[in-house]
Amino acid sequence: MKISPAHIIRLYDRFEFLDKEGSGQLRLEDFAEVKELAMNPIGDRIIGAFFSPGQETVDFPSFVRILAHFRPTDKNRAKDSTQPEPVNSRTSKLKFAFQLYDQDRDGKISRAELLQVLREMLGMQVTEEQLESIADRAIQEADLDRDDAISFEEFRKSLEKVNIEHKMSIRFLR
Amino acid sequence: MFSFHAIFFPQWATLRMERGAKEKNHHLYKPYSNGIIAKEPSSLEQEIHELRGSANSLRSEPEFEMADIFYFCRRGVESIVDDEVTKRFSAQELESWNLLTRSNYNFRHISVRLSALWGLGVLIRYGFLLPLRSEFALWHSVSFRLRTYLSEKVHLICYRICVRALTAIITYHNRENKPKNGGICVANHTTPIDVIILANDGCYSMVGQVHGGLMGIIQRAMVKSSPHIWFERSEVKDRHHVAKRLGDHVADKTKQPILIFPEGTCINNTSVMMFKKGSFEIGCTVYPVAIKYDPRFGDAFWNSSKFGIVNYLLRMMSSWAIVCSVWYLPPMNREEGEDAVQFANRVKAAIAAQGGLVDLLWDGGLKRAKVKDAFKEEQQKLYSKFVVNKTCLFENICSHRCISKG
Repeated sequence: MKISPAHIIRLYDRFEFLDKEGSGQLRLEDFAEVKELAMNPIGDRIIGAFFSPGQETVDFPSFVRILAHFRPTDKNRAKDSTQPEPVNSRTSKLKFAFQLYDQDRDGKISRAELLQVLREMLGMQVTEEQLESIADRAIQEADLDRDDAISFEEFRKSLEKVNIEHKMSIRFLR
Repeated sequence: MFSFHAIFFPQWATLRMERGAKEKNHHLYKPYSNGIIAKEPSSLEQEIHELRGSANSLRSEPEFEMADIFYFCRRGVESIVDDEVTKRFSAQELESWNLLTRSNYNFRHISVRLSALWGLGVLIRYGFLLPLRSEFALWHSVSFRLRTYLSEKVHLICYRICVRALTAIITYHNRENKPKNGGICVANHTTPIDVIILANDGCYSMVGQVHGGLMGIIQRAMVKSSPHIWFERSEVKDRHHVAKRLGDHVADKTKQPILIFPEGTCINNTSVMMFKKGSFEIGCTVYPVAIKYDPRFGDAFWNSSKFGIVNYLLRMMSSWAIVCSVWYLPPMNREEGEDAVQFANRVKAAIAAQGGLVDLLWDGGLKRAKVKDAFKEEQQKLYSKFVVNKTCLFENICSHRCISKG
């Protein structure tokens, strides 16, 4: 589905709406104002994904670039290795999700990073021991080279049967 | 009369604009009234099942899957692009422009012809409608203070004058269900004008905080003619005191029904938000009323964080007209085994259904307050059921592992 200028205008309206100070840039506080996001267990993590390392604000092009990851995948795209990977391909979506886990961006999801995500998603609903055993089992299943961490390739392999194109896509209404 | 012209003019203008756009094959940008993105109405449970189902054959044991994060991730990004709550606190966007600059959010296709029409509209609204209405309002606010100890008849006359001052065109439906003495009338809240709209058709006792300034003068004047319930700020905190005063009022069958807006704040008339349970605890008959404004003739929503009352009234009086529908719904009583919150939700659902509004569970207080952690915990609780077996407290005693439900 093509993105039309009208869609971009709507996104810009939303950007302006979120930009309470009218500075042309979004700050952490602006994202935090979205009520539904505040109740999402990994809300803060998702907000973080919009900010490049070291950046404290997000301008409109960056905003759109991140959202572009969620465009539905173009299934008919011919695989052409000379072209750069489109931002909404399966691989790019996987990379986006991978980075939600891998906060220090070292290319691996360490046990500590996994524990952190689990803690956020489950909160007070499980005990420490349960969290540890969940993390252990997840790493055991996915970690093929036995380095006690999950690399991007291992991540991709463990999710090869998941319909990522559908689950990580957001459609615009006409 | 001039109200006829006030309605006819913008409708004709919008039709011309649309026709003009079609002729030139421009894409007339219609702002979203229902959201920019397609949101799946599926729940957490459904989505996790779908995610798991495609990963491996469904396991009987609850377990964590790396793919689970996709659900929260997508929901989060959806909220950033379009969320249900924050858009309720700003004015509703229109399908077509009604020639009021204040309602012009996104109409970029504006031709010379349209600008001329708009110019004519400004002349009519500011040169004719506004002075006429200000004159009405001014004349009768003077005679307002003389209005002591007068009967219901005069009350109604005065509200009808206010209605003329705003050129409000109100259609009342199901008037046989009008609120009676000894009851409470509840309605969805969009603007302070709601009070005028309802009081135009019946006498109510108002409830509210004592204000200073213009509002304070009006409040004091109103009390002189009929029993209203005004609270000092300090009294508002004392819920028992409030409940007692309301209870005493309804117990007295000679007193008019109380008018209450349980949302507690102005919402932009596209949805109904959480009803505060206070009014539903008193135990008397509740008369629900649904009010729906037609935004094409003038947006009645009062965004109190953006505009003061005087600014707002000015905008109201220089709009085309205030057009609304009022539906009186059949009276409701609290049923056996129903608590105040459930009763409140039942009434809310009835009002939302009648007015064609979205029924939301969110609290109108979110306009100014932060989201409570309880919401996040709810999500965590729901998700945890997919990941762990909730073992029962007596695991050492029981010989089985029980899985907690609900």
